Amino acid sequence: MTADAGDAQRLTEVLRANAESLIDKWVSAVAGLLRGRSTKTELERDFREFFTALLPLVGSDGRDVGGPRFTEIRSLLEEYSRSRVRAGFTPTETASSVFSLKREVFELTQDDPSLHREVLVFSGLLDSLGLLTFESYARVREEIIREQAEQLLELTTPVVKIWEGVLAVPLVGTLDSARTQVVMEKLLESLVETGSEHAIIDITGVSAVDTQVAQHLLKTVVAARLMGAECIVSGIRPQIAQTIVALGIEFGDIVTKASLADALRHALRREGVDVVRREVG
Amino acid sequence: MPPRSGGPEELRISGDDDVVRVRQLVRTYAQQTKLSLVDQTKLVTAASELARNTLIYGGGGFARVEEISDGRRSGVRASFHDEGPGIPDLTLALADGWSSGSGLGLGLSGARRLVDEFDLDTEVGRGTVVTVVKWKR
Ligand SMILES: Nc1ncnc2c1ncn2[C@@H]1O[C@H](COP(=O)(O)OP(=O)(O)O)[C@@H](O)[C@H]1O
Ligand SMILES: [Mg+2]
Repeated sequence: MTADAGDAQRLTEVLRANAESLIDKWVSAVAGLLRGRSTKTELERDFREFFTALLPLVGSDGRDVGGPRFTEIRSLLEEYSRSRVRAGFTPTETASSVFSLKREVFELTQDDPSLHREVLVFSGLLDSLGLLTFESYARVREEIIREQAEQLLELTTPVVKIWEGVLAVPLVGTLDSARTQVVMEKLLESLVETGSEHAIIDITGVSAVDTQVAQHLLKTVVAARLMGAECIVSGIRPQIAQTIVALGIEFGDIVTKASLADALRHALRREGVDVVRREVG
Repeated sequence: MPPRSGGPEELRISGDDDVVRVRQLVRTYAQQTKLSLVDQTKLVTAASELARNTLIYGGGGFARVEEISDGRRSGVRASFHDEGPGIPDLTLALADGWSSGSGLGLGLSGARRLVDEFDLDTEVGRGTVVTVVKWKR
């Protein structure tokens, strides 16, 4: 449904003439809806921008909301949704911010029946724009989840100092290349920070080692060596060992140990520490 | 995870995550077919290599995994399909240590050693299909 240009223009005039009071009421309504979680000042700034971008679009019923005329308002809405998502608002609350303008416009025009048809079209426009915030919301949620996953990846990369001069990093689960890379970089950084000369990379928890993971491992070992540190790879289980051999990967002179404990014993011996069993009792 | 039939299942390969997913799917089939732990690991690792090649060199594609039987024994077949540039020199590509990129060059040759059957169908400008089979012993 599209009203003719004349009517659209009249509604635009009415909206423009009443801009201040409309924005004011709109802000109050939404501020009430959000129960103080957004200040009126913030809302007013956002809504004023939004209102200005909206005026030239009056007359559209919102079915062309993906089109070039809507570029500006789309990016405003996207920005608005983005800040809402991050502030923890629900998608309904965000979309309601847009829908709330309807009520104010209905009230403003209720005594002028000649505008009703146009207001109906306008209402369709706001519906489309409100729905856009839902889409942005979903998109921004995904962005946030991805960011958090990346952060988690770094957090769950435990490089631990298990002895003076000895670091250990247990690798677990499915190693994709992003994760292996993060782990290896973290390990090299930690070597520098702690001035350690030994690093144990324990792969007991790893389900498969392919050539890419092996390449990351090899590069790390070489880089560590250049920094004067020695890496020990421990926990290569039988099925992994057989697979590595069949793949044709050569670990060369890299020290490998069956278990983390063996690797630690080796590192300590190199550090000049002897672990001896003493009689108890 | 819902119980799987042995029928073919396909997965798109268009990102790093998909390589991980393919690996997990192949592992599920290998376990269901009751391959030994060593054979499971070998097949999963081969799949990882081939899926990554599909992604990196083939520009993406898909993997198909299924349980098969030749009447005497059962096994798992996995194939990797792309419509990329194809492989101009197969001998070179299958040589240990040769990579046109910056890899170790052990993916194709290594995968071949990890499985019981290995078939490579490629045509320059048309694409590549690599099919591997691991039989239950
Ligand atoms: N699906 C494919 N499409 C095109 N070329 C491929 C494909 N798979 C492998 N190749 C070529 O074969 C070479 C060897 O592959 P591979 O043994 O896996 O080693 P890498 O992945 O380390 O390069 C690659 O460098 C690439 O040139
Ligand atoms: Mg490869």
